[in-house]
Amino acid sequence: MTRTIKTVGVCGAAGTMGAGIALVAARAGFRTISYDMKEDALERSAKQSAAFLDKSVERGKLEASKRDAIVGAMSRTTDISALEDCDLVIEAVFEDLATKQKLLDRLDAVCSEDTIFASNTSTLSITEIASGSKVPTRVVGMHFCLPAQLMKLIEMSPGILTSEETFESAWAWTKACSQIPVRTQDKPGFILNALLVPFNNDAIRALEAGVASAADIDKAIKAGLGYKMGPLELIDLIGLDTQVRLCEAFYPITLDPRAATPPLLRRMVAAGLLGRKSGKGFFDYEGNAMYGA
Amino acid sequence: MTYAIIQDGPSRSFAEGDKFLAGATDRDADVIVHCGTPFVADPGKAAILVELGDESLAEHIGEDPAVTNALGFARYRNGDDAPSKLVELVRPASASDAAVAAAAKVFKEAGLEVVVSSDQIGRIVNRLVIPKYNAALRFLDEGLATQADMDLTCKLGLGYPDGPLERIIRGGLENHYDTTQALFETYGTPAYAPPRRAVVSKNMSRRRDR
Repeated sequence: MTRTIKTVGVCGAAGTMGAGIALVAARAGFRTISYDMKEDALERSAKQSAAFLDKSVERGKLEASKRDAIVGAMSRTTDISALEDCDLVIEAVFEDLATKQKLLDRLDAVCSEDTIFASNTSTLSITEIASGSKVPTRVVGMHFCLPAQLMKLIEMSPGILTSEETFESAWAWTKACSQIPVRTQDKPGFILNALLVPFNNDAIRALEAGVASAADIDKAIKAGLGYKMGPLELIDLIGLDTQVRLCEAFYPITLDPRAATPPLLRRMVAAGLLGRKSGKGFFDYEGNAMYGA
Repeated sequence: MTYAIIQDGPSRSFAEGDKFLAGATDRDADVIVHCGTPFVADPGKAAILVELGDESLAEHIGEDPAVTNALGFARYRNGDDAPSKLVELVRPASASDAAVAAAAKVFKEAGLEVVVSSDQIGRIVNRLVIPKYNAALRFLDEGLATQADMDLTCKLGLGYPDGPLERIIRGGLENHYDTTQALFETYGTPAYAPPRRAVVSKNMSRRRDR
């Protein structure tokens, strides 16, 4: 049996991921409450969401009346108690176990015992996050891809104590949002990051080992495998500092040498080469020259 | 830039009728391409190219720093799939820039995409992709997700044209075994250790052949 979901809360809704998730929910007709700590950040993110919807109307992908309905379904708050009527609360707060556990503890005090709590974590254990709630059976993993409002995939993971009813209800909700869920076990990185993070590290190590230039590594992967983006270009987009954080999240729990931070990555971050956001990473985004190890 | 192909047996890079084979001239050409034939030094050539499988170029040309015009190459292909457009040109430490440029030119003129790799086992693509494929096969054994869901995740989440598991199976698990075993023997790291499904496929094939 699945639970009826009418109202959805999104925690961390001022962030890129949270805002995207709120759009997904509202677009599917759910009353959506965006919660975050700071009003100005929430307002900024609401403006960005409105701009996204306006653009969709301009491009003919969305009817103006539908846009108005989506906007009408969305509200925002800095008061967590406003989430009390939610049937589903999705958290997309900072990727830190203690932060997420503390949030669930606060949500326990606000929401009814029937409310489903979903975590958008990409690296942490659902079971560990769920231990922050007095009702861990109601907690489920629901990992969206960035940008959530455009990407269909959701990795759905039950923790050890997640009830089948919770999982099925959350699964049905993602389908009601026209998303495409896949079921994975509660293991580090689920499917996507478990395959991607070490692969990207291997590309950095190949560069450091002098196998080829950064440009040729990316070109080989694109031409040989048909990937849209080379691994080094992708790390530049993600941010080299973010890749370090991913390694630091994965390696201690998996002890997989491929997940350990490659020395070159650490040196580049120390040198301020963070990728696109700093103008330079494995490639130079000011000129078109390439950075090589 | 003219090139001659000296071939013995089938080439993994160029199937019969490939445009590159059709463009070859005679042995007076600027570049000599060996496909299954032994390397013969000739300093008068712009480049001498040796087609490689999973092995090191040095097995064919030695490690003599005086040989400056010899290079290796392999067109990347996933097992039994048709070859991709990618040519991995293998540049030993001794090779001159002029030899690399001449080699790249003949392939580019045939419409192929060229990257330069050092003479390390696995070159670029297999070195990077094989550990990922091995992880996907292991995850499947461990029940992380179904094959369909893992492939779908990679296609939808990462924009891959096909999923890793469908790709390995389509290319042939025995071929996957051979490549990952070559990498494992060289590097000794667990990431290259042949996964169970590849070992099973290889052993069954050996039994059939007996």
